[in-house]
Amino acid sequence: MNATNGTKGASVIIVGGGVSGLSSAWWLARAGVDVMVIEKGIVGWGASGRNGGGATHHQSPLFLEEQRLWPQMDELLRYPTEFQPKRIRIALSDQQVEEFKIGVDNTRGQGFPAEWLDPKQVRDLVPLAGNNVVGGVYYERGGHANPQRTVQAYAWALQDLGGRILQHTAVTGFQRRGGKVAAVETNAGVFSCDTLILAAGPQTGRLSALLDSEVPVTAARAEMIVTEPLPLMPIGGVDGNHLYGRQTLRGNLAYGGGPHEWLRPEDDAVAVRPSSPLARNVAKRLAELFPKAAHIRVIRSWAGVIENTPDGRPVIDRLPTAANAIVATMSSVGFGLSPATGRAISQLVIDGRCDFADLSSFRLSRFGNLSPDWREERGWLPPQTEDDDARAA
Amino acid sequence: MSRIDERSTAGKPLPVGEHLRLLIVGAGPAGLAAALEAARRGVEVVLVDEHPVDSALMGLDVPFHFGQRMSGATRNKTRMMEAIAASDDRIAEAFEAGVDVRLGVSAWGLFSPKPGLRWLNRPIVGLSDGESSWYASFDAAILATGRRDIGLAFPGWELPGVMGVTAAQTLLQRYDALESQRIVILGSGAEATSFAEAAVAAGRTVVAMVEVADAPRDPEGCEILAAQGVSILTGAMVARATGGADGVEGVELNGTEGRHLSCDTVVLAIGTAPVIELFDVAGAEIAFMATRGGHVPLTDTEGRTSIAGLFAAGDCAGINGDKTADSKISAEEGRRAAVAACGELESGSRAPWKVISVDGTATDDVEASRSAWIEAAMTVADTETHICQCEEVSIPDLLGVRPPRYLPRDQAPMLARDLSSLANDGLVHQDQIKRLTRAGMGPCQGRRCREQVSAVLAQATGTPLAKLPLPSYRAPVRPLPLSAFAEDLEPGVVSDNWEGWFGISGQWDPFWTLSEGASAEERS
Repeated sequence: MNATNGTKGASVIIVGGGVSGLSSAWWLARAGVDVMVIEKGIVGWGASGRNGGGATHHQSPLFLEEQRLWPQMDELLRYPTEFQPKRIRIALSDQQVEEFKIGVDNTRGQGFPAEWLDPKQVRDLVPLAGNNVVGGVYYERGGHANPQRTVQAYAWALQDLGGRILQHTAVTGFQRRGGKVAAVETNAGVFSCDTLILAAGPQTGRLSALLDSEVPVTAARAEMIVTEPLPLMPIGGVDGNHLYGRQTLRGNLAYGGGPHEWLRPEDDAVAVRPSSPLARNVAKRLAELFPKAAHIRVIRSWAGVIENTPDGRPVIDRLPTAANAIVATMSSVGFGLSPATGRAISQLVIDGRCDFADLSSFRLSRFGNLSPDWREERGWLPPQTEDDDARAA
Repeated sequence: MSRIDERSTAGKPLPVGEHLRLLIVGAGPAGLAAALEAARRGVEVVLVDEHPVDSALMGLDVPFHFGQRMSGATRNKTRMMEAIAASDDRIAEAFEAGVDVRLGVSAWGLFSPKPGLRWLNRPIVGLSDGESSWYASFDAAILATGRRDIGLAFPGWELPGVMGVTAAQTLLQRYDALESQRIVILGSGAEATSFAEAAVAAGRTVVAMVEVADAPRDPEGCEILAAQGVSILTGAMVARATGGADGVEGVELNGTEGRHLSCDTVVLAIGTAPVIELFDVAGAEIAFMATRGGHVPLTDTEGRTSIAGLFAAGDCAGINGDKTADSKISAEEGRRAAVAACGELESGSRAPWKVISVDGTATDDVEASRSAWIEAAMTVADTETHICQCEEVSIPDLLGVRPPRYLPRDQAPMLARDLSSLANDGLVHQDQIKRLTRAGMGPCQGRRCREQVSAVLAQATGTPLAKLPLPSYRAPVRPLPLSAFAEDLEPGVVSDNWEGWFGISGQWDPFWTLSEGASAEERS
């Protein structure tokens, strides 16, 4: 049991038991900081445990660290994440080949190899691929892991270091003193803190608003499908044809893509994640991507709720209205980057700055002139319903 | 006026193949009675039933635990179609009454408008004939999806010949394709005795009924069977099933001095579960009711669920001994639901919804019976007894929350983790255990292990079954090949706007091209 068990509060309180929050907590605990994660449900129950598991994010300043850390994570956490290196993207049209160029350039621009593949090379590397392949890209770095197992690995590793996790605990407010957050109010009592980290996914907007610095995010539902297991391909991290996903270590094909549905701010992100009829459109593209798996059965689907900022990029920054509060939203691309995200945030807490990545593009101030109607301007709104029509009439 | 995000569901048409006035799922007693009643009232009815099920799907133990005891005849779809049609006179009656009866068509999904699915403007059902899939909208639907088997893991239960009572009864009475000759039945409740009577009547030998409790659960039924030479063994449990490539050759019992029974089939009749998949997928309110056989959709007295226009009738709305023994009760539920549904169709309005609460009698308490069986199973199971056959998860694996076999399992930190350490962090959710152990993640979609895993979690954490959250069901609730599931009518506006991820402009631009501190507004 950890030394601080029983005390009300912690040096650092992290609101949100998803990958970003748990990774931050774990890195802080490794550095000897007394941390507590407050989660309103079960760890990883949101998008952190329901995503494609990809770990190839060449657009991000955290890419190098993402690539450096993943191969070590099982050893560092001491629990399996199912991380598998390498990534292949398959194009089934010339246009899809064209779309891969940005990734190739970004990757090479950061000193990593990216190799163009011809159709035969793709078929040699990907036994399920068919004659419809036009080309592909092979990334030596990158890869994928099992989101559900990884989330639990962070949580257990954190607890092993003495960190605390309060599940089924909802944050109701904050107590402030002298421009700082002094305590977090929850349905299980009040917990004092020296530093607050908000990493609450779709709830980040609402919670930051309670601290007078609303981080602009809006949430959407998206889904994936899963097939029965197949013999393992040599590289499981294969996607393309406008799908993301992977063959899991068990052999299942887990893939997603296609239209998302924006939610209303008042929607409960945990409750509103039904699978949709679009699962069949995902299946159509998966059968195209892997023609030799067309006979394989789809055995389930799942949906997750993901938040985005107005430009689809992360915010990792201090809140201007609370000097000891850091906010983190990865804007729909959080899982793969999580080892690096957590390390960056732990450095912000301990050293005041991140020494391995330039986080300036993650600043909250870039939204300083954001129009109050930013959601409407982007069309980031739920489809109109008959109720809406009736209300409008 | 706001613009539309072309990458979102907004403004996308959904290809709906047909519109149904009244959809009925399941051609059992409740579904047929509902269809006949609605037809009599002049309402157009489409009645779908997944039987005859493709024999390959039967091999996966979908939708019931067939245990490979279906005869070769099940590979002949035409013949099976005739067998199903001939198994109940009311099917022909329904045809004659003008009901559009579709055999061999499964309902694998049900979607209703709600937050997250505001895109839908009406409820739709996903249907499949095994070769292709399509969507149908409907004005009202009555689900009469029946019951399914619950499994019980003892050493040898993965052998061919160990099967569920619903599967056995269905093969015997609807398919006329049950291979079994010498049968040992686990359980002594109404489902066990009614199957035993049918099996005896069909010339099969029922060797024994094995009941873990000290007294038969259906004493009258057991008395009749005993008079026909069936051994009724109470306070007993199968210690193991033995056999070879062709399956079960016998069982050993514990609690009766190691007695051996020779048989080719072990029928698990320890209980059955209401088939509620589509209700859960659609988002209907569901609760655990020990007196109704487990988790059931909340309904009013006429079968209305929490979703407007969606009704439940028959076993899927609740199972008890009386309903098992007398199919007229389910038929009456079906008829009543049809009357209510037709009333709503005619008036165009929904009656106020008053949920009926607990009913039934204490003797129907599945909480008690499932606990007793699982405790008995836990005493006979060994580390090679897989409660989840698809993913090879044993009871010790569940209790230890152990990762699957393809991962390292014996590292010190992992070994220190178990169900009780997980329970220290809060109420355990079966979906969490599923994620970590993979129990329930296989091709049978958790049908054989779902209730067993619940019972183990309940027992091990001291939580009543009723308090455990329902592990979620996911569409497609029948395993469908990619080629049969794939959308073949995708509208151009969906294809043209399809993106792998959100399609937010600039989301993948490399970070070094973004000017420091620039606002998104300035950049765009």
